[in-house]
Amino acid sequence: MPAVQETIDKVKAIDVDQYKYGFVTDIESEKGAKGLSEETVRFLSAKKSEPEWMTEWRLDALRRFQQMEEPTWARVSYPKIDFDDLYYWAAPKSVEGPKSLDEVDPELLETYAKLGIPLAEQEILAGVEPKNRVAVDAVFDSVSVVTTFKEELKKAGVIFCSISEALREYPDLVKKYLGSVVPVTDNFYATLNSAVFSDGSFVYVPEGVRCPMELSTYFRINEQNTGQFERTLIIADKGSYVSYLEGCTAPQRDENQLHAAVVELVALEDAEIKYSTVQNWFPGDKDGKGGIYNFVTKRGDCRGKNSKISWTQVETGSAITWKYPSCILRGENSRGEFYSIAVSNGHQQIDSGTKMIHLGKNTSSRVISKGISAGKSENTYRGLISAHRKASNARNFTQCDSLLIGQDCGAHTVPYIESKNASAQFEHEATTSKISDDQMFYCLQRGLSEEEAVALIVNGFVKDVIQQLPMEFAVEAQKLISISLEGSVG
Amino acid sequence: MNVSVPINYTQAESDLIDRFEQRKADLPGSVAVAALREAAIRQLREKGLPHRRVEEYKYSDLRAFLKSAAPLAEKAKLEDLESILSNQNVFGDLDRYRIVIANGAFVAGLSDVEDLAKEGVTVSSLQDALAGETGAQLLTMPKTGQDDGIVALNTAFVQGGAVIVVREGADLSKPVELIQVATSSGSQAVRNSISVGKGAKLRLLETFVGDTGDGELNTVFDYTIEDGAALATTRLITGKVSTARLFTSIATVGAEAEFKSLGFIAGSRFARNQQFVNFTGENSEAKIYGVTMAGGEDLADQTLIVDHAVPHCNSREFFKTVLDGRSKGVYQGRINVAPHAQKTDGEMMTQALLLSEEAEMANKPELEIFADDVICAHGATSGQIDEDLLFYLRARGIPEDEARTLLVLAFLSEAIEEYDEEDVTEGLEERVRDWLAGH
Amino acid sequence: MLEIKNLHARIAEDETEILNGINLTVNPGEVHAIMGPNGSGKSTLSYILAGKDDYEVTEGEILFNGENMLEMEPDERAAAGMFLAFQYPIEIPGVATMEFLKTAMNAQRKARGEDPLSIPDFMKRVKAAASHLNVSMDMLKRPLNVGFSGGEKKRAEILQMSLLEPKLCVLDETDSGLDIDALRIVSEGVNKLRSPERAMVVITHYQRLLDHIVPDVVHVLSKGRIVKTGDKDLALELEKNGYADYVDTAA
Repeated sequence: MPAVQETIDKVKAIDVDQYKYGFVTDIESEKGAKGLSEETVRFLSAKKSEPEWMTEWRLDALRRFQQMEEPTWARVSYPKIDFDDLYYWAAPKSVEGPKSLDEVDPELLETYAKLGIPLAEQEILAGVEPKNRVAVDAVFDSVSVVTTFKEELKKAGVIFCSISEALREYPDLVKKYLGSVVPVTDNFYATLNSAVFSDGSFVYVPEGVRCPMELSTYFRINEQNTGQFERTLIIADKGSYVSYLEGCTAPQRDENQLHAAVVELVALEDAEIKYSTVQNWFPGDKDGKGGIYNFVTKRGDCRGKNSKISWTQVETGSAITWKYPSCILRGENSRGEFYSIAVSNGHQQIDSGTKMIHLGKNTSSRVISKGISAGKSENTYRGLISAHRKASNARNFTQCDSLLIGQDCGAHTVPYIESKNASAQFEHEATTSKISDDQMFYCLQRGLSEEEAVALIVNGFVKDVIQQLPMEFAVEAQKLISISLEGSVG
Repeated sequence: MNVSVPINYTQAESDLIDRFEQRKADLPGSVAVAALREAAIRQLREKGLPHRRVEEYKYSDLRAFLKSAAPLAEKAKLEDLESILSNQNVFGDLDRYRIVIANGAFVAGLSDVEDLAKEGVTVSSLQDALAGETGAQLLTMPKTGQDDGIVALNTAFVQGGAVIVVREGADLSKPVELIQVATSSGSQAVRNSISVGKGAKLRLLETFVGDTGDGELNTVFDYTIEDGAALATTRLITGKVSTARLFTSIATVGAEAEFKSLGFIAGSRFARNQQFVNFTGENSEAKIYGVTMAGGEDLADQTLIVDHAVPHCNSREFFKTVLDGRSKGVYQGRINVAPHAQKTDGEMMTQALLLSEEAEMANKPELEIFADDVICAHGATSGQIDEDLLFYLRARGIPEDEARTLLVLAFLSEAIEEYDEEDVTEGLEERVRDWLAGH
Repeated sequence: MLEIKNLHARIAEDETEILNGINLTVNPGEVHAIMGPNGSGKSTLSYILAGKDDYEVTEGEILFNGENMLEMEPDERAAAGMFLAFQYPIEIPGVATMEFLKTAMNAQRKARGEDPLSIPDFMKRVKAAASHLNVSMDMLKRPLNVGFSGGEKKRAEILQMSLLEPKLCVLDETDSGLDIDALRIVSEGVNKLRSPERAMVVITHYQRLLDHIVPDVVHVLSKGRIVKTGDKDLALELEKNGYADYVDTAA
């Protein structure tokens, strides 16, 4: 796909500060009461004028959450989160729900412009081929503030709106699929999300439709002491295709901010969903102060025959990343893919990977994971590949490589490979190494500085994954990786 | 976490606790040893038997498997012992020394104590040593593995075993077989302490014969390999045990030393061979192999943790598993590289062949790395016999059964051959054929 | 251009002495050949010139256009015009050769305070240089040196040399692993770069490379010292008689 030159230029023009998105938008906002309670949930649900069943659904999740214990198996450590010391609802005051662009607070538009998102339609239209346009749903703290290209997408039959709007406009679709991939009680954070999710994106691509443009969401946490709990639901009906991009940023703050999202993907017969993420939440400062706690449940269900779900992620931000985008390969011949780059520096802790659950016949999956640890960070790949009894001829190939930069960081690989079918063929390879002295010297001899050499070699190391990203994201991702590793050598 | 949840004991757990109360007065050892036993049984009381929610036992739920625990085996009768030893011979006419442990206790009279003394090896009784001043040290000296539930169980009940000390520089003319025997049913808890002095070389064969009935087998080997020494140890987990068969190795490897081991599991109802390898000196090497066969309802577990605590050590792990029937194979291997353990070279491979529709394999090869100048890799594969190969062999006139045997043998032999201990290669391959013919 | 004065050096890790007082002056436009038996210190000398930190200079100095080269970082030396064609070029997986060339050229331009090359200008230069060296576009798209044959690796080195336009070229055993045809192509590439402003130091074990790249001066290195200096005929003599005479002289 050719690049949107404008996006590339924009990314190029951004000054490479340690964390370039660390600004706070000064905007008046409305917050709900602090603390997690039935009252909070009811307030939130009422605020969004949700149907009764939705309120009950949330309350059920809350009750279950109160019975659950925080999981401790991941290799991450952090002080206990006080869920009663958080706000579960924060919205820019001027916006009650998604509106047309003209009505959006200019301050907000300014924020998204700073983030390099081509939000305004006219801006995107300028000099750009139509097929490269990106429709954006922008989520600011708890609410979706604007969704672009809605009308045009509607013509193609594609529904792209905030989940709050979907609950009002398409309640049957939401009811049918919400929680069908990630059940309410799936895990601690998913259950929390089910109780208090604020907003997020909803996509429905009807049968046989190839979504005419890339869909994108940009998440930004702005408010203090606010948890962001977005919920994304994407349904690709029979024979359809959609590519979805997700970007995340947050201001630089001393306190830790909580982010616990749930993303559910459903691919029906012959459908394909491609989901790409560039995660750049604030990682904390050089002493490990502040940063986002990112506990995310992402799962795709290849429900129909020949369906395909592909996750690509570039994880550079967050103080803690706890994230395992997974595929349930239920339909015959369905395919799951997971391409990941996880870069950790400073005091970041990443525990991320995937689960490929082979249930159907002739299902296949591919996992390419590239971890880069620098500074005093910890970087863990954790993955599960499993073939169930009926998954005849299941195939998996996994390659997970770790690169260490400096001697105070850790790189860990924890794969679980379970085969309950003799005809399933699994192959797993993993390596851990550092950038070789010979490679460094060779680059220096050709005139590259140490940082340039590291960036070049690292970009080579992650190339297989970068290639999976849409071009706009690929450029930004490469840049981000270089920025994230700044100060890791010398 | 300090959350202590009251446990509803399983029958086996109750049996074990009762057994301890009944027998603790006459189990060997000093006051300090008795205290260690008490601490170990407390661990059982608090945590129960290892179960699937304990990460290391995720795939091998001992608590669920063990339905009951039989009393400890009584002292062996000499005539029974002699009859079993003359009838059951795992390594045929291979020339070797013999050390006998029967029903949990070291039997000096049937062991080649004097001949070994001439080669610079002293062999003595662990049950006697436990009573001595340094008895407690025998149970606590190796630091790794102390928290493990199976090791704790062994500490609580250890009846006896052999203490083998190879003098500095000794190079034995032939291998030593440490043969563990059951002459009657009953559980056995054995601990063997083996130390190989500086520059010395020892080849050890660890075998088991007899039938423990419904008694579980819990044997711990504690190896100390001093600087410049080499130990090669071949462990056969074969024969008839209808319940759990638990083997643990704790190896401490000094500088410029070599530790080599092959764990061979064929047809055990519930077998776990767990090894903790700890490098304490630089420029050393560990080569660890596994050959596992399971059929029927068997569960066979090879678990391994290699700790690279110092720089410049290499480790190679190579495990092969063949599964038939409704059996379950488990491989869990972890290479730990501590901060500053630079120039570590670790390479781990686990491969499984599934012969039946209902067999299951769980592979968990892990790397935990805190030093940057290392080369570590692991690989895992699982699949079935290559049909093209099978067809090729049959097209050359080899009947299907034979062709399968040939391919399975070839698959397992890769590990046996890389282990490269000529004395035992043939015997091991013979055992593979036995299993294929008879499981 | 290059002045080496009484250079002593050893391997940093185990302190093995490799160079024992080398003196060498190379003027602009000159091509010097350094010959010597295995283990005489030829490759060490090239690495020290490029600034590899596996070696420790214990005595002496190296001046590059009057500047103290030993105080410069490897990338500073490169930007100042020092180029080493490696005996064993390093593989960098995932980094396309083309991308590497652009990064290196622009890094050096930046260090010298020049603007980066425009894409068309860069492409034009690469295409021109590549065609002389029989380097295909396909090869340029492949990751640097990964899966290259011996000949391809050496051609890629010379391609870099011609694009980076160094003042001093040090060729370390560039002939090793080359067949006759590849040797001819590589040598022609090198000869094209000979100019009155540029100096070359050609390190080789065999005389045959010097049939193609004819040196102005030939030095014999043995046990870390230059034991004999002569004109191109010295190389022919070595070819005939071997290094035995000089090895003994140094002993």
